[in-house]
Amino acid sequence: MSQASNSKFMSIGESGLTVLFAATAFLCMIGAAKAVDAPFAFHASLTAAASLAAVFAILNRYFDRSSVLPAQEINGRPNYNMGPIKFAAAISVFWGIAGFAVGLLIASQLAWPALNFDLPWTSFGRLRPLHTSAVIFAFGGNVLIATSFYVVQKTCRVRLAGDLAPWFVVLGYNFFIVIAGTGYLLGVTQSKEYAEPEWYADLWLTIVWVTYLLVFLMTLVKRKEPHIFVANWFYLAFIVTIAVLHLGNNPALPVSVFGSKSYIAWGGVQDAMFQWWYGHNAVGFFLTAGFLAIMYYFIPKRAERPIYSYRLSIIHFWSLIFLYIWAGPHHLHYTALPDWAQTLGMTFSIMLWMPSWGGMINGLMTLSGAWDKLRTDPVLRMLVVSVAFYGMSTFEGPMMSIKVVNSLSHYTDWTIGHVHSGALGWVGFVSFGALYCLVPWLWERKRLYSLKLVNWHFWISTIGIVLYISAMWVSGILQGLMWRAYTSLGFLEYSFIESVEAMHPFYIIRAAGGALFLIGALIMAYNLWMTVRVGEAEVKSPVALQPAE
Amino acid sequence: MSFWTRHQIFEKNSIILIVGILAVIAIGGLVEITPLFYLKSTIEVVDGVRPYTPLELTGRNIYVREGCYLCHSQMIRPLRDEVERYGHFSLAAESMYDHPFQWGSKRTGPDLARVGAKYSDEWHVTHLMNPRAIVPQSVMPGYPFLAETEVDTAGIADHLRTSRVVGVPYSDDQIANAVADLKAQADPDNAGVDAFTKRYPKAVARNFDGKAGIPTEMDALIAYLQMLGTLVDFKLYNEKANLR
Repeated sequence: MSQASNSKFMSIGESGLTVLFAATAFLCMIGAAKAVDAPFAFHASLTAAASLAAVFAILNRYFDRSSVLPAQEINGRPNYNMGPIKFAAAISVFWGIAGFAVGLLIASQLAWPALNFDLPWTSFGRLRPLHTSAVIFAFGGNVLIATSFYVVQKTCRVRLAGDLAPWFVVLGYNFFIVIAGTGYLLGVTQSKEYAEPEWYADLWLTIVWVTYLLVFLMTLVKRKEPHIFVANWFYLAFIVTIAVLHLGNNPALPVSVFGSKSYIAWGGVQDAMFQWWYGHNAVGFFLTAGFLAIMYYFIPKRAERPIYSYRLSIIHFWSLIFLYIWAGPHHLHYTALPDWAQTLGMTFSIMLWMPSWGGMINGLMTLSGAWDKLRTDPVLRMLVVSVAFYGMSTFEGPMMSIKVVNSLSHYTDWTIGHVHSGALGWVGFVSFGALYCLVPWLWERKRLYSLKLVNWHFWISTIGIVLYISAMWVSGILQGLMWRAYTSLGFLEYSFIESVEAMHPFYIIRAAGGALFLIGALIMAYNLWMTVRVGEAEVKSPVALQPAE
Repeated sequence: MSFWTRHQIFEKNSIILIVGILAVIAIGGLVEITPLFYLKSTIEVVDGVRPYTPLELTGRNIYVREGCYLCHSQMIRPLRDEVERYGHFSLAAESMYDHPFQWGSKRTGPDLARVGAKYSDEWHVTHLMNPRAIVPQSVMPGYPFLAETEVDTAGIADHLRTSRVVGVPYSDDQIANAVADLKAQADPDNAGVDAFTKRYPKAVARNFDGKAGIPTEMDALIAYLQMLGTLVDFKLYNEKANLR
């Protein structure tokens, strides 16, 4: 950095964003005034307020900062940009707990329907998307943004690209979450599972996501390391594929530009295929590729061992992303989707077992020579068990995609159990493990406040998961068998409502499992909070490391 | 140069890496999705499927808004028990005007693809007000607020117009008379009922919620539920003609 002159100028980013946000605020005020429905008026007002807050924040930062923008390097060491990462990491814990709590509520509603309170905004149909979006996109998404921004800086040994852009990504993404979540409660949904937000939220997410891609990509472009680290391949595949899926699944025409309702461009069978091409790859790229990137950085780091096999990671990467995208039609077995598409979906889903387990092996075998650490380090144990759950659900998934199995499992709780063995066991645990690593690193603490509490979190949550998924296996298979049971005279043996009644005990067990998982997360929140508040500060060594070849 | 060293081109060029990723992920989607738009066998040729009436469309939007699809599928699979429990398996043609589709993915409650005309309007009103009043073991939420909320009649033409842009064949006549049709369908004494049934063959005009006055959301939702799966006459439907 050259010596700064005394005069201070607004950067292009600062002035441009100020103007853009001011214009957005103005347009949203018009939108709020002309709105044809109440939720749209509410969202437009919220956006106007947020835009004004953004203008204020940018100007405030400008007046507070020195005449030069933060340096790329200080004393030959990269000047890492950790602010947005801290925010994303902290808010992911908040969203996680909120999402688990809503999950517990809707699980309880299925056991005790009086908990719906017969009000629009507390009924299962509106809370369920709130739960799925809160855990997948709010909790998982913030963990992915936090870890990806951390990993890409550390493994490229450069400061994150962009000055305001990383903050724009983090805050803009969380604003999307607020719009989506409040929308669900108000009945704003396009009813496409995991893509429920309406057209204006989708447009906003597109802007945020493209910025995310650019920040990530430009950081890769200016890297100081010759090679792009394997975790970054997975992050990049996750970010770019989610962009493609989002655009493919969501083209919709609003009824009015001042209203929330839109009609999706695709209809019937094509819409179904687009939806599950999107839906399954939200699993494949958001919940798998992104979190595999976490596995590839945090497990080697925590175990202090290199990744087991470089060649396996190459095969794992390309085969996983190639095969996953085909798997969508297994959500549509025996439906009005043409058979050829169903067969393709099943075939590729079964093949997908191999790269999935390749990845699992690569993660687990990284522990070679360090298995003893599982006894002493509950954080590593959490990370390793997450990979084991990944292996389990990526075996169960291909099995359930076989048409004969699917004819029993589809539409039942078995699917819900399968999703949660992946979501709680794999995504949840790998995220918790990453947060337990990340928080002391970000806030420069020597260690976590308490490993004992991590141990409690681990065991309470594990028991919760086991209760959850075993209850759903039993209830799902029972449901499937009851629906197809015949009497000796050739009549259907059970009415539908008898199968509903039979679910009751399992719904209670499932809710209990969910409660344990929530308690575990609360313990984590306390532990992380105390780590930041009272943890012993770490002193950085002043020696710069050499790049690896 | 071995295969493994060749891979360095991806590891050392972020742009080549991203292009590689895009190429690899494009294939599956293109192969599975594009043919659905031009293969004629994708959607059967059937008589009877028509666009939703204004009241039914309003009801359908309430169905979407309340997240009914999260517990009820609208897709009967060609399996013995499903066909006996719910009726003829669902055809692709039956949802060809559905934007978005409502096939669902979970049956916490029963499939609704052919629930139309299975129960009386009164049954639906009672059931939606408090499901446990009719089915004690039910875990469905109650929707009493639907009966108190009047339908927004004024904006319905815009809904039809938007639907037409995305591919639902509403005629100019249907769009021009959307408000009148919406009111006529919920009121059998309305002077516009004849014109309405001409515009929407086989549509039924009834006072679905049993209350006079402006149609409520209860009217709209029940009108939608009562037409589900009733458009195709399976006595006349020739399965062989649509073998695929």
